[in-house]
Amino acid sequence: MSLIRARTDSPFRAAAAARARKDENARRAFFVITLLPVALILVVSAALFVRAWPILSVYSPADLLFGKIWKPASGQFGFLPFILGTVWVTVVGLLLVVPPCILVSIYLSEYAHDRTRALAKPVLDLLAAIPPVVYGVWGLLAIVPFVDDVLAPLADRWLAAVPIFRVTQPTGFGILAGGIVLAVMIAPLIISVTFEVFLTVPNDLRHASLAVGATRWQTIRTIVLPKVMPGIVAAAALGTSRAFGETIAVLMVVGNVPNIPTSVFDTAYPLPALIANNYGEMMSIPLYDAALLGAALVLLAVVLVFNILSMLALQRMTRRT
Amino acid sequence: MNMKKNRFERRHLTEALMKALMRGSFVIVAGALGLILWTVIARGLPSLSWSMVSQVPKGGYYMGKEGGILNAIIGSAYLASGGTLLAVLLSLPIALYLKTYLGESKWGGYVRLSLDVLWGIPSIVYGAFGFALMILFGMRASLLAGIVVLALVELPIMTRAMDEVIRRMPADLEQAALALGSTKLEVALSVVTRQMLPGIVTAILLAFGRGIGDAASVLFTAGYTDRIPTSLMRPTASLPLAVFFQLGSPYAEVRERGYAAALILTIIVLAVSFGARFLSGRLNRYTVK
Repeated sequence: MSLIRARTDSPFRAAAAARARKDENARRAFFVITLLPVALILVVSAALFVRAWPILSVYSPADLLFGKIWKPASGQFGFLPFILGTVWVTVVGLLLVVPPCILVSIYLSEYAHDRTRALAKPVLDLLAAIPPVVYGVWGLLAIVPFVDDVLAPLADRWLAAVPIFRVTQPTGFGILAGGIVLAVMIAPLIISVTFEVFLTVPNDLRHASLAVGATRWQTIRTIVLPKVMPGIVAAAALGTSRAFGETIAVLMVVGNVPNIPTSVFDTAYPLPALIANNYGEMMSIPLYDAALLGAALVLLAVVLVFNILSMLALQRMTRRT
Repeated sequence: MNMKKNRFERRHLTEALMKALMRGSFVIVAGALGLILWTVIARGLPSLSWSMVSQVPKGGYYMGKEGGILNAIIGSAYLASGGTLLAVLLSLPIALYLKTYLGESKWGGYVRLSLDVLWGIPSIVYGAFGFALMILFGMRASLLAGIVVLALVELPIMTRAMDEVIRRMPADLEQAALALGSTKLEVALSVVTRQMLPGIVTAILLAFGRGIGDAASVLFTAGYTDRIPTSLMRPTASLPLAVFFQLGSPYAEVRERGYAAALILTIIVLAVSFGARFLSGRLNRYTVK
């Protein structure tokens, strides 16, 4: 070190000092920018909270969350129909999407040829790349008629005795259509997360099981699946948060009537749709904008909880290997 | 013996059954993609024409039967390029800082977690947040507000995608540059960035694709108009909202415009997606393996 320093002349040293200064300044600037994502979560929450405060200070959270009547013009801001609408659509979507997605990721990680796997990647990428509004168009043109012409008559004929399959309205718009569209939308997310989780199971375990004569499926059922269960739950939670917030695609097929649904063929009015549909009128009725930003706050809170829990679970799973 | 044979057969039957179920699920997922593309093409192609892409709607986007969706095409191009540019300016320093200074440390984990959390926040919430900010600053719906909110939507997608490729960079390369006396900034800008160019380009295109397709965030912030915006402070149309609004119109001619907009949007998004793959393959030739 001292040898090098002895040989360098002072212009070089000055240049080195300038470079070091530049490096230090850049480090500081980059550091500030890096704080942005962390700060953004707080800023978004705080901004929504501040804008929603006028209504939070008048009505109790219980009144808002469990109120059944939505009549902003007469000061009734009950979110319950919207919350239940979101929950119904999300649950239906998840029930439709999770089982096939687990099967697909088992197939891709345990059975498929490299060629099939290479084919699966672009399929999933494209599904993930298609914009929500295009899913909405597909829902309008294909799924709503399908529910109306095929599923509703079938349910009417065979499942009329089961309350949650009672066909209530004759258009096809409703929770089932929303759930189907949502299921396809979140499939690429769930498949890619569960696939990653399956890859974390060490091959030795599989080999040991196969070596004592188990079939592949027996190996998967008894060895692999129990190991990846937490990951699958986390993937489903991630899907839940995505489904909870999806706006445009669901809005286009779900009917948007603020009733309390009792059947998958009922119409619903999810929270995101409520916000999107009414932005134009927000300013004309007192507390209306506060109520809608309060709805966004509820949405954010639910999504944050599901998101953070599933991320932590996934991080822990993948770190262990 | 007989019983043993039975069990043997049953578990192989189960195996075959499960395999069939898995293949079936895979076919359903791939089939859904085919069905979506088919629906959009079959409905959009007949309504696509030169006047559709070269004219703005005449007599209103909701009621006017004449004209096309040029306003939405240009508007989306402005919004998504502006948003992407802004997001790059923020993402690249964050990704480089994560690599150079935080690495796999605890703080690196926190930053990555918060980016993942941001990724999961629905775009309608970003839209509502943008709306709250606009009220605060006394702004109206404008191209600028749309660009800022889109940048927020794209930021986590882009940064995490960049981070994933930058993390995979061979450590030797960085150490060799440091050993030659480069500062960390110089390593970050001229070694890491160049080596990771394909991944960075892919990340940018990925985020652009997400940005151009996002409707919920620009609904509040960019507004909608029949005109092509002439300044950052004017409201602007966008393709997703063109689809959304025009499909709700009572006139078939207007709905046709919505289908055409959906097709154009799909073509753009697919082109960007394929382009990302192609470019990253091409650029990969210039990196050290």
